[in-house]
Amino acid sequence: MNIGEMTLIELADNIKAGKVSSYEATKYYVDKCKEKASLNAVLEVFDDALDKAKEMDEKIKAGFKGKLAGVPVIIKDNILYKDKIASCSSKFLEKYVAQYNSTVVEKMLNEGAVIIARANMDEFAMGSSTENSAFGVTKNALDPTRVPGGSSGGSACAVAAGLAPVALGTDTGGSIRQPASYNGVVGIKPTYGRVSRYGIVAFASSIEQVGPLTKTVKDNAYMLEVLSGGSEHDETSLKIDVPDFLSQIKGSVKGMKIGVLKEIESMIGGLEVENAYRQALQYLKDNGAEIVDVSIPSFSLTLPCYYIIAPAEATSNLGRFDGVKYSRRSAEAKDIDEIYVISRSEGFGKEVKRRIMLGNFVLSSGYFDAYYNKAKKLQQKLKNEAKEAFAKCDVLLLPTTTGEAFKIGEKANDPVSMYKEDLFTIMANILGAPAISIPYGKGKNGLPLGIQIVADCLNEGLVYNVADFIEKGYRG
Amino acid sequence: MQDFDIVIGLEVHAELKTNSKVFCSCKNQFGQAPNTNCCPVCVGLPGALPVINKKAIELVIKAGLTMGCEINELAIFERKNYFYPDLAKAYQISQLVRPICLGGHIELKDKDVRLNRIHLEEDAGKLVHGTQAIGTLIDYNRGGVPLMELVTEPDITSADEAVEFLTKLRQKLIYAGVAECKMEQGGMRCDVNISVKPKGSDKLGQRTEMKNLNSFKSVYRAINYEANRQIEIIKNGGQIVQETRKWDDNHEKSISMRKKETSSDYRYFPDPDMLAVEIPREDVERIRKSLPLMPDQLKAKFINEYGLSEYESDILTKEKDLADYYNDVLSHYNQPKIVSNWILTEILNKVKDEESEEIKISPCDLAKILKLVEDKTVTRTNAKEMLTRVWENGEKVEALVKEFGGNVDEEALKTLVENIIKNNPKAVEDYKTSDTPEKVFRWFTGQVMKETRGKANAAKAEEYIRELLK
Repeated sequence: MNIGEMTLIELADNIKAGKVSSYEATKYYVDKCKEKASLNAVLEVFDDALDKAKEMDEKIKAGFKGKLAGVPVIIKDNILYKDKIASCSSKFLEKYVAQYNSTVVEKMLNEGAVIIARANMDEFAMGSSTENSAFGVTKNALDPTRVPGGSSGGSACAVAAGLAPVALGTDTGGSIRQPASYNGVVGIKPTYGRVSRYGIVAFASSIEQVGPLTKTVKDNAYMLEVLSGGSEHDETSLKIDVPDFLSQIKGSVKGMKIGVLKEIESMIGGLEVENAYRQALQYLKDNGAEIVDVSIPSFSLTLPCYYIIAPAEATSNLGRFDGVKYSRRSAEAKDIDEIYVISRSEGFGKEVKRRIMLGNFVLSSGYFDAYYNKAKKLQQKLKNEAKEAFAKCDVLLLPTTTGEAFKIGEKANDPVSMYKEDLFTIMANILGAPAISIPYGKGKNGLPLGIQIVADCLNEGLVYNVADFIEKGYRG
Repeated sequence: MQDFDIVIGLEVHAELKTNSKVFCSCKNQFGQAPNTNCCPVCVGLPGALPVINKKAIELVIKAGLTMGCEINELAIFERKNYFYPDLAKAYQISQLVRPICLGGHIELKDKDVRLNRIHLEEDAGKLVHGTQAIGTLIDYNRGGVPLMELVTEPDITSADEAVEFLTKLRQKLIYAGVAECKMEQGGMRCDVNISVKPKGSDKLGQRTEMKNLNSFKSVYRAINYEANRQIEIIKNGGQIVQETRKWDDNHEKSISMRKKETSSDYRYFPDPDMLAVEIPREDVERIRKSLPLMPDQLKAKFINEYGLSEYESDILTKEKDLADYYNDVLSHYNQPKIVSNWILTEILNKVKDEESEEIKISPCDLAKILKLVEDKTVTRTNAKEMLTRVWENGEKVEALVKEFGGNVDEEALKTLVENIIKNNPKAVEDYKTSDTPEKVFRWFTGQVMKETRGKANAAKAEEYIRELLK
């Protein structure tokens, strides 16, 4: 079998068994990154990747058996890997070198991963098309005239285009699942707190999570186990045992209760994704699952809720990029106020500025109760509604996006229509619930569509089980 | 001034006495080389997250309990957003809606000053202004040092009361082990809110705020200056502008810093990186039980149990270090009155002479010397001399005893007494015939001490003299 055809688990097994060396695998993927540079999926291929692979081969020979021993991995550019640039695809951090390892990088390195490249993204993870990258748009892996989605567009494209067997993304409002859907790969946003955020450049701290993008559901479960686990550096990470997600994939959905949201039913008519969604439901039903009607009445308010909470946190999180310390300082600045104003005016892109202003507005005195507090109350209401819904079903089935990937430039000047890209994905972030997107069906141009499975917090196992079953049915 | 009431509220910051900073494991230590005591968290690197130091919360609870505050069952940390170069994250983690402590009061001589709250927050770094060529540099060592902020109600009405309040507060914090309050290191800083109103009026005047006063003297002067300034403006028909003013200690006046209209909106919101802190009642009770005696309680104990005067107790409890010293000496030599006398005279005189805080004799050594006086191994005069020698040269008490007393052996002392009596028949005669034989007796003991340069055991000497004069 060719290295590029192996799943993550197969590659890991082959490397451990000595059938493939880490060097061979790494060389293969590093070459692919270079060969497919025109996709602009990765911003930098690390020049020490091959050396690290050689070191890993020595360790494997000496008996090292990490879960990712010798396996090449790509990380999104907002994940800190010590001594490597982490730019968040922003001019502001173009030359910023990480001073320490994020918890997820540390965990992957402990399991023997070889991190080969950093992936393009929307600047500071704000966007749904990767068009907000300061370093150029990433192309859809399947159609270069189309966007790869975002903000983890580089990571999703990298996996779809075969630049790595696995890539890490971050998901604040669909930023893993939507690009996964657009590129035909699998991406999960784990339960909030399942994965430590230490060393992830923060956008909206209370709702974002790191998660893997992979070719298969099983690969995804395998990878999430590596990334999971509380960190003493992150109060919001959950200090609980990490389950063996793979073992929760049972190969059957018999007797499972699949929830259908009334609110989705009322929106989906005529959408490009409708057919795929209905077929997936039918498939589950045909295989012994019970379809249950449930309701989250405030579902349609998830989008406005998100666009208050996320910018509010973002505006505060991005304050540290002030030109004083490590970030870019404008050459024009003559005093401290100019350092702030000019550096930030030059350093941030349009969408980032828009969200900073939005966030400042909703937090400002006089508006705080009307916006931020109301959004937090709404979040609580949604959690209560979801609790009722999950009392009646094991998982919810939702589309990931309304349709297939759109054209580059198509929505670039229409922020609201861009925000609507996250219509179906944002709920999971607001709830803190685990949600996966898996490829299912094709759109009118033959490009992949995605189906989402959402479960109550900590039930990644249920998510993976259903996802794996759908994947088997779809791919045959 | 007598036509006006002055209304003062204080905001006091004190650095807490923890080993590490409030959100990271860097040391909480003053005086390190710039930017050597920092980590990703306290310099606000991307991706770094705060993790609360539970000890800091405990200390704020402790502070609150010494002042009768209510301890919130749930405390929340918020972000206070503003740009300033010493604030690495562009927000300070502080508390607005649910501070750790609510209410409470501090008793002054004539009144109770009510507290509004005490909360926990992080200190910022420090700007260091260099020459033109160097410009301004930033030292982040202080960034993330745990700080308690105490806010009073506007119950203070004079500079004297303000200083009395701060003195009491400082005493409590030091006694409870909450803070060291080293003002010269910025360990305690005070913001003063002040307004004036016509005497007896119940309508508050417009207030101004003076920030970061770092000595009681500055607070005192700043209040008097600012009250007078406001009174003069009102007398001349002017209006007070709500503003922040800077106190200039060198020129002894306040200068306008910024008007309220342009002041920042801090856009507080709960820090999403932090969990709300639950404070179980059992913990509060445990902390309450662990509280040491506060100065007022200790003073009462000294008066009632040790029989010290109000004056003595006052001095001994004013500074915790001195009270601790006193208690330490008592643990070796349980004579409260004698120990108090020595500390108040000999020890404090020496401290005063040297203009230093340090007591350069250990409690144990002082106790040893006092015991030697008690069993008359050394005279009081020689004991003082011994104390000086220990203080100045660090000599050992055991070695000094040989020089100053106890080493004239009994046979030699007996012979000496015999000789003195033999050589002074007139005195012997006087003793036997005098109306005041004790006076003559003292003359004899004086002779013995003179001959032995005070080293003789006075009790033994007296015994021999009495025997031979019979």
